[in-house]
Amino acid sequence: MNLLGLITLLLAGGVAAWAGERLKPGVSRWISLATLAVAMLWLAFVYLSWAAGSQTNALYAMQILPWIPRFGISVHLEMDGLSLMLVALTLFLGVIAIVSSWTEIESRQGFFQFNLMWTLAGVVGVFTALDLFLFFFFWEVMLIPMYFLISIWGHENRGYASMKFFLFTQISGLLMLFAILVLVYVHWRATGNFSFDYYDLLETRPEGDLAMWLMLGFFVAFVVKLPGVPFHTWLPDAHTQAPTAGSVLLAGILLKTGAYGLIRFVVPLFPEAALQFQWPAMLLGAVSVLYGGYMAFSQNDFKRLVAYSSVSHMGFVLIGVFAFNVIAVQGAIVQMIAHGFSTAALFMMAGALQQRLHTRDLSAMGGLWKYAPRMGVMTLFFVVASLGMPGLGNFIGEFLVLLGAFKVSVSITVAAAIGIIVAAVYGLLLMQRSFQGEPNDKVATMVDFGAREMSVMLLMMAALIAVGVYPQPIIDLADPVAQLISRGSP
Amino acid sequence: MSTAEYLALAPLLTISGGLTIMLLVIAFFRSHRVAHVSALVTLAATVLSILTCTPDSPQVVLDLLVVDGFAGYFMLLFAAMGIITCTLAYRYLEGRSGGLEEFYILVVTATIGAMTMAMAQHYATLLLGLEILSISLYTMIAYPQETHAPLEAATKYLILSGVASTTMLFGIALIFMASGDLYFSSLMADASGPYHTLGQLMLLTGLAFKLSLVPFHMWTPDVYQGAPAPVTGYIATVSKGALFALLLRFALVSDVLSVSAVFVALSTIAIASMIIGNVLALMQQNLKRLLAYSSIAHMGYMMIALLAISALTDTATAVESAMVYLLGYFLMTATAFGVISIQSNAKENGDAELISHYSGLFWRNPLLASVLTVTMLSLAGMPLTVGFIAKFYLFAAGVESNLWALLWALVIGSAISVYYYIKVIFTMTLNEQPDSYAHPETTWSTRSTLYALGLAVLVLGFYPTPVIELIGQLLSGFSD
Repeated sequence: MNLLGLITLLLAGGVAAWAGERLKPGVSRWISLATLAVAMLWLAFVYLSWAAGSQTNALYAMQILPWIPRFGISVHLEMDGLSLMLVALTLFLGVIAIVSSWTEIESRQGFFQFNLMWTLAGVVGVFTALDLFLFFFFWEVMLIPMYFLISIWGHENRGYASMKFFLFTQISGLLMLFAILVLVYVHWRATGNFSFDYYDLLETRPEGDLAMWLMLGFFVAFVVKLPGVPFHTWLPDAHTQAPTAGSVLLAGILLKTGAYGLIRFVVPLFPEAALQFQWPAMLLGAVSVLYGGYMAFSQNDFKRLVAYSSVSHMGFVLIGVFAFNVIAVQGAIVQMIAHGFSTAALFMMAGALQQRLHTRDLSAMGGLWKYAPRMGVMTLFFVVASLGMPGLGNFIGEFLVLLGAFKVSVSITVAAAIGIIVAAVYGLLLMQRSFQGEPNDKVATMVDFGAREMSVMLLMMAALIAVGVYPQPIIDLADPVAQLISRGSP
Repeated sequence: MSTAEYLALAPLLTISGGLTIMLLVIAFFRSHRVAHVSALVTLAATVLSILTCTPDSPQVVLDLLVVDGFAGYFMLLFAAMGIITCTLAYRYLEGRSGGLEEFYILVVTATIGAMTMAMAQHYATLLLGLEILSISLYTMIAYPQETHAPLEAATKYLILSGVASTTMLFGIALIFMASGDLYFSSLMADASGPYHTLGQLMLLTGLAFKLSLVPFHMWTPDVYQGAPAPVTGYIATVSKGALFALLLRFALVSDVLSVSAVFVALSTIAIASMIIGNVLALMQQNLKRLLAYSSIAHMGYMMIALLAISALTDTATAVESAMVYLLGYFLMTATAFGVISIQSNAKENGDAELISHYSGLFWRNPLLASVLTVTMLSLAGMPLTVGFIAKFYLFAAGVESNLWALLWALVIGSAISVYYYIKVIFTMTLNEQPDSYAHPETTWSTRSTLYALGLAVLVLGFYPTPVIELIGQLLSGFSD
């Protein structure tokens, strides 16, 4: 099986789940799980066969097929270390999303699983496409099923939230499309050939102002997705209204596509322009860290708080990428992975609480530990992970980013480091208001986590500890990309 | 006329012959089904004759018409759209009062007019084709007699379209006065001066009216809303497509775009159409009106391909993008109005035209809702659909010709449009049911037509290479 096969497998799994549900209710979840299991096995096989082989180049899988030869568009998929990690994260969180919404989704299970699988397929496509047309194609493909996930299975204000999500992403995507086409045109002017291939376009060096404008076209699309201040306003709404699985996918992997785009496209395609833009980009990152933390602190809604904390954490990624040195970029990548686990777990927790208490309002909670000690322990663990406790994944990411950024700008680093303190404040506040303190009168009793939920949580816990104590494999896998980005720095 | 000329004219002869037979059949034997089937046979034979008889190199017939791959492509689209309209109209008209048979004759005559326009290279044929098309349309719009809305729409269209035609005629007269010739190609030969430019602008005003470009768009929403849904689909596609094909050939042959006043006027009109069309569509609660405003915007988009001709030394890309865009536009529009036709039925007066008529469609009829979803996404220009490929082509043509202002308008217009297209999709996912129009009776032929159209929107968005190659072949013998 090749990369296109992997994506097709996910798409077909979605269709099969939809069709299967019509034949036998309840079967769609199992079809999705089985599809993801096959996909993960394939991924493991690819990695192991590479490890058993010569290990000469850091490319695990690749594939080129002609698609629209008239414009030099091909189906060019490649999987390097960064893609491998992110695809693995995608499949893993896909499983988590399915399991976490096992009982939450009651209506239209089949169509739900269909949208879930198509989102995953789109994201895997985004992480592996190296033809810019194909990349844009997948970029939009992941958007539509995600829109449906929010607009059909979302909470009370889903129409507004899903529309906002769609408009932000779509409009910024149009800017990116414009930039892609102009870049291709510049390439066509220079060589006489149409090509959307990544490696061809890497050779195209648009000059001066044009490069800056094109870079901004890409940058805005990716920062909207990341999301960075001031393009973040869709995120709290989308997250709050999305069903649990939607939030898990949004926070865990969709945000990562923005970070991935910055790393894969913005910096390598426009190194000079990106370098000129270094200071504003890092400033935006620092503002995101502080503003996201500040906003998280003042939320009353469990999910909204976690959503703003995402803005804060992804700010570190922005800083890391634009620091242009190996350590910071590696930190950004570790942060992407670790944030994927910790935030997905917190959204799962929010979903579990909502299912039990029918509210996300923190003032309606309190003292929940008494009823659900297992949930309490888990929340504590992931809150502590997300505020950057040493020994857990997020700490490694944030520490490396700060270490790398220090060489570039002390003031930005100081500002971002303050963000970690803010994270401790809102993280512990979340813990105290929900699980500790006086038991809330309104809550009579609450069912604790069962085996299904505990096993998922333990998996994520193990992943975060693994990243925290032994991040070297991630750093190794990310090394080629980090080297590529740091090459552009002075 | 030589054999080659007769052969080149075969599609027109076929459809006219078929029309004569249809008239005779209806005169002696009135049956809705027979009229319907004979129209389908006539149009199918026309499609066949276009496919087999289109000459490889341009063939001029009687100096008035030119048959080439360009004309063949558009004629094919018009005839195919005629078939789709007849298919949708059969179920739509069935059960309504009055003679239904003549409707199919009008579809065929309108298609003859459109085909003539695709081949025109002389002002006489331009006018002839345009009037055959328009007069057929007036009657088609007013066809259902139970309600007054179609009649109102037809009257509006008749008067305003008449004004546009006379404006054009006056423009042509002025051009004739200045150049002494009625061929498109002689436009720039010897003439310039105020009368000539005025004539050109009046001619283009008339065309812009029929294409419903801002500021000549006022009639569009009313006519779209009042006309029966299958006819609206026909107006939106064939009437505009024929005008656009004609305008394209006119621009290619006559170099009219090199006159800077004309170029600036058309660019302004295009940008205004893209922005205003999309902004006005935002407010609509009526799907037909929404599609009317969206078609105004789409006409604006399509002007990019036209204007790209002036800046390119190699006009092939511009013509190619116009052809691809028109195909995409035909598919999307036909599908959208097809869904409206299929949801409307004779029992309830008027069409299923409010967006709220479609609430919960996803759960009542998932396949049909998926077709409409795909169409809406395609109109918005999302990847995976033909609308994206079409828009992509416009981008390519616009970027190659440095039409930056127009491209920015395209980006802004598309950005605005996302909102109202998504609104339609969102309505379909609601857990509500409309009071009426919830469960229309459908026939397998209308259903399968719509599924085929929806599938074509998807497949061509996914794998457009065959169409691109076909158009490349057709254009290889096309000289400008």
